[in-house]
Amino acid sequence: MILDNQCPSGPLADQWDNHRRNLLLINPDNKRKYTVLVVGTGLAGASAAATLAELGYKVEAFCYQDSPRRAHSIAAQGGINAAKNYPNDGDSIYRLFFDTIKGGDFRARESNVYRLAQISNGIIDQCVAQGVPFARDYAGYLQNRSFGGSQVSRTFFARGQTGQQLLLGAYQALSRQIRAGKIRVHTRREMLDLVVVAGRARGITARNLVSGELESYAANAVVLATGGYANVYNLSTNALGSNVTAAWRAYKRGAYFANPCFTQIHPTCIPVSGNLQSKLTLLSESLRNDGRIWVPRNRRDPRSPEQIPEAERDYFLERRYPGYGNLAPRDIASRAVKQICDAGFGVGNGQGVYLDFTDAIQNLGTETIRSRYGNLFDMYLRITGEDAYRRPMRIFPAPHYSMGGLWVDYNLQSTVPGLFVLGEANFSDHGANRLGASALMQGLADGYFILPYTITDYLAGTGPGRNAVTDDAFDQSRTATEECLQQLLAVRGDKTVDEFHRQLGHILWNNVGMARSEESLQRALQQIPPLREEFWNRVRVPGRSDDFNQELEKAGRLADYLEFGELLARDALNRNESCGGHFRVEHQTEDGEALRDDANYNYVAAWEYRGDQTPPRLHKETLRFDSIETAVRSYK
Amino acid sequence: MNLTLHVWRQKGPEDRGRLERYAARNIDPELSFLEMLDQLNGELIREGREPIVFDHDCREGICGACSQVINGEAHGPQAETTVCQLYMRQFQDGDEIYVEPWRARAFPVIKDLVVDRSALDRLIEAGGYISVGTGGVPDANAILVPGEAAETAMDAAECIGCGACVAACPNGSAMLFVAAKIAHLASLPQGRPEASRRVCSMTDAMGREGFGNCSNHYECEAACPKGISVKFIAQLNREYLKTLPKAATSKAP
Repeated sequence: MILDNQCPSGPLADQWDNHRRNLLLINPDNKRKYTVLVVGTGLAGASAAATLAELGYKVEAFCYQDSPRRAHSIAAQGGINAAKNYPNDGDSIYRLFFDTIKGGDFRARESNVYRLAQISNGIIDQCVAQGVPFARDYAGYLQNRSFGGSQVSRTFFARGQTGQQLLLGAYQALSRQIRAGKIRVHTRREMLDLVVVAGRARGITARNLVSGELESYAANAVVLATGGYANVYNLSTNALGSNVTAAWRAYKRGAYFANPCFTQIHPTCIPVSGNLQSKLTLLSESLRNDGRIWVPRNRRDPRSPEQIPEAERDYFLERRYPGYGNLAPRDIASRAVKQICDAGFGVGNGQGVYLDFTDAIQNLGTETIRSRYGNLFDMYLRITGEDAYRRPMRIFPAPHYSMGGLWVDYNLQSTVPGLFVLGEANFSDHGANRLGASALMQGLADGYFILPYTITDYLAGTGPGRNAVTDDAFDQSRTATEECLQQLLAVRGDKTVDEFHRQLGHILWNNVGMARSEESLQRALQQIPPLREEFWNRVRVPGRSDDFNQELEKAGRLADYLEFGELLARDALNRNESCGGHFRVEHQTEDGEALRDDANYNYVAAWEYRGDQTPPRLHKETLRFDSIETAVRSYK
Repeated sequence: MNLTLHVWRQKGPEDRGRLERYAARNIDPELSFLEMLDQLNGELIREGREPIVFDHDCREGICGACSQVINGEAHGPQAETTVCQLYMRQFQDGDEIYVEPWRARAFPVIKDLVVDRSALDRLIEAGGYISVGTGGVPDANAILVPGEAAETAMDAAECIGCGACVAACPNGSAMLFVAAKIAHLASLPQGRPEASRRVCSMTDAMGREGFGNCSNHYECEAACPKGISVKFIAQLNREYLKTLPKAATSKAP
């Protein structure tokens, strides 16, 4: 299959307009004859579901949480980017586009990213109209802050809870449509299979997590907005329930998985403290606006940070990247932290660096710092028991976001016709590294302003037809899903799901983490299959399938991660270059920066499932750069 | 540290439920309360017993999923802290700890520590939004919101919808939850046009869903992990009072 990305031709600035002009429409009266399933109710899913319902479609939305408001977008802290140029500091649509492409190390599509930058401004307008309480100055105008990888202030924020406020905006829009009878939300439901009829996505199989019952839903199209897969590393900043299952099962039904090795390790997280820890907590990148990152100049310096004089501190980000300093992009900052800790300069247990606010508190006063980051300092205190107003925070990188995801074309449609993929679940806009405050932008761009146009074109092309779960494909899907659940219960082994997840996490973090080599990737590929086999022979899943059974939920998600982790390592091995968050130690410059290989790897790697026993097939979508020249990505 | 837990176990909505006693041994004080339960669940699973079911997700205090009454207090002893952000260093070796679900008429127990909080979603559906569709809105800076109003709106909007206010209230009232949404939207110029309809509709829904009335105990504020102030209840009441003359003079729609 040749991957047709459907990207329009012509000047970048006109592409989305021209493309929309050619998309088919459906008249308002006819829209109610169509049903769309939206799986996931985060920023992308909730905004899509609300907008589709406003247009007149019947929408069925699904989330595994007990309320759509709890999707993990809620935890995004720092902000959302837009090219408004309100501060008059030189921003523009082109600059946001360029920063995003460069931030992604030239591994994203020009057309998609330019559209994202164009749409960014409308998102802020929309959210303000919904009542999102963005930070304002006294006169009432919107405030901006800076984020990594940019030299302008284009990030809008609502204290340290921007994701929460944007999600509540989308959730409230969703709630309004529920009230209007246009959307049915199915909470505590987990999608366990995609149903494909005659080559088109026509429904899903979902498990009611309370009763355990498997349910079938039929529709004219299916939208996945199911988030990312950073939990494959076990410890990550994601919610514990975040999973790859919906995307993985869609992959097994024919959707290609693109660039799985592009994972983001976020530099500012609270370091690991013990073996039974269940998650890592992120501290917003916005902290790097005012905090300075340093380590002692002496290895394993036993003194406490306030006893170490200025001259004996190494502000290594400011030293290595004077142009961007502490606001170097995430992949670069994370790698620098890892390198300095590997060299023996780490603090605490050796896996940490200081993030110090002493200067900022002296210059701006404690109250200003409290108003900017108070909730983050409070969170740090609760988790570590340490007061960051008095002594520097300790931070270390942690898995945070997945740039990779299901392959989609310019219309956000996967390789399965009728299956659309939004937000973090797709691979489309961030290349090999995502810039801070761009995930919220992308999720809402996809849901509010892109999908509603492109899905209409698809639906108009297929006609309403009849939506019924009578097709054999629905029965077969339910039967296969039930068998899988029964198999998990039947093992009755002696190890818990959590123990296996920790093992998988160790393999991936040590071998497919911030630094990867052919040797480490081969090791991961050798270690994952036996672990998977052991899982299916020794896992202990208590209880029944027709009950509220959280261990069974976790076991199903881990079973998918045990397969997906192998694809991640395989993709990382295939990509024999360094780019963005994918750092192959064989390919680096003299000063330790990522060395891209545009001659051989200037493509999107899209993997096709061919059965459990057959290796997946690689399809390449070559990236074209017509408007910008690819360059060595420098933040010096 | 070693602890004795008394945990509410209930197989389903029809089951009567009971407290069961568990020994939690060798607990690292650096663990969170939920990680301590994870550890205990691991032991229960290996012993062939049913693990304790509880709601949780983000484990960083923002999703609002976790919902446990610990030693009689919603979200436990630490002020402005969700259960997931409560760390075992807050407890002493040898402590006895009672763990129960939210208890309120509007929140029926589903299993063990998990309750059905969908009533809160229905309160929002009743009007906790601004009726704007996607597209066709003015430039973001065309709607000026004075810094102070934005701050007030944000103070209220920080609500995570966990339901601790309801669980802590002797009347099982959702007044603080509703007030937070009313105040968030009524403090903004965008939210003013629908303010009176919103407050009537949401307070009506509160009664329908089985929440009790507010009788000014302020337990809600004390339990709220985000420190949402009861002053917003006063603001709700003001918004509500403003609707009364209108209602008296206008015909029913």
